[in-house]
Amino acid sequence: MPSGNEKADLKAQERREFLSYVWGLGLALALTIVPFAMVKWGAMTPLAVLAVIGVLALVQIVVHFRFFLHISFRQKREDLQLLIFSALILSIMLAGTLWIMASLGLRMGMVQN
Amino acid sequence: MSDGIAKHPGLNLGPGHGKDDAAAEGLMFGFWVFMMSDAILFGMVFATYLTSLSATAGGPGASQLYDLTSTFVETLLLLASSFTFGMASLAMKYRHSERRLVAWLLVTLLLGLAFIGVELHDFASMAAKGGVPTRSGFLSAFFDLVPLHGLHVAAGCLWMIALLGQLVRYGVDTKAKLGIMRLALFWHFLDIIWIAIFSVVYLPGCMHAIG
Repeated sequence: MPSGNEKADLKAQERREFLSYVWGLGLALALTIVPFAMVKWGAMTPLAVLAVIGVLALVQIVVHFRFFLHISFRQKREDLQLLIFSALILSIMLAGTLWIMASLGLRMGMVQN
Repeated sequence: MSDGIAKHPGLNLGPGHGKDDAAAEGLMFGFWVFMMSDAILFGMVFATYLTSLSATAGGPGASQLYDLTSTFVETLLLLASSFTFGMASLAMKYRHSERRLVAWLLVTLLLGLAFIGVELHDFASMAAKGGVPTRSGFLSAFFDLVPLHGLHVAAGCLWMIALLGQLVRYGVDTKAKLGIMRLALFWHFLDIIWIAIFSVVYLPGCMHAIG
């Protein structure tokens, strides 16, 4: 059986982890409501709204990773390598696809500007 | 309790769970490898959607088909379900009653099913406006991306039902714990994909000047 001291530590840890989910929920809610409100009652130019949506989405993804999936820099080396390498591959493939297809569309005259 | 290096990414059971915590290390790493490859699959489908944005072929476009309110409702349902799954994970980690664990999982399951319900309702109202996958390249790409996420959520719900049965029949044993931990990762991961969906698909689509 855990001693009294360990029990108290466990309680404190549970409280910390509970608060992590509450923080995650609160931040994610705020980061969701702002872009939806901007699109609904948007006063900015469309390009500015798009930029804000993009930035807030990236921030919200980081919030979910941090508070719901508990990713921090205290991971083992190979775990962080897995995440960062996947993110690298994903961004190369995404950016490469969009670049090539946009360039192709432009040269083939398929995009009406 | 040491707060040192985590055994694996995600909520760790901690040394108090003994052999269950030790068994989690390899399994969770393997599940993360699966999730990262799934993320790359989603990334490519997102790229397909983005390159098909202008391929409406004279059919209905994003601003006629998308509904901002129901997207917002779907977002809140998924976010709430991520939080309730977190509560289930904590109930398991800190050995609260099995009833509490099952209750949080049931709430999560109901939120997931509600999400699927709203999404299906959305697709039906899109179809009523002529937005069917065969109408244009743009709509094919849309129905490749968004229902792919919906299918993942449906698979997560089926998995949850299986785990609930396992819990009721065998109790909170090693297998049940490891199953719940993997489903938790999957569930939070799907919520992250949804952030990308509402930010890339629905919000820009609902901006009339762009759509």
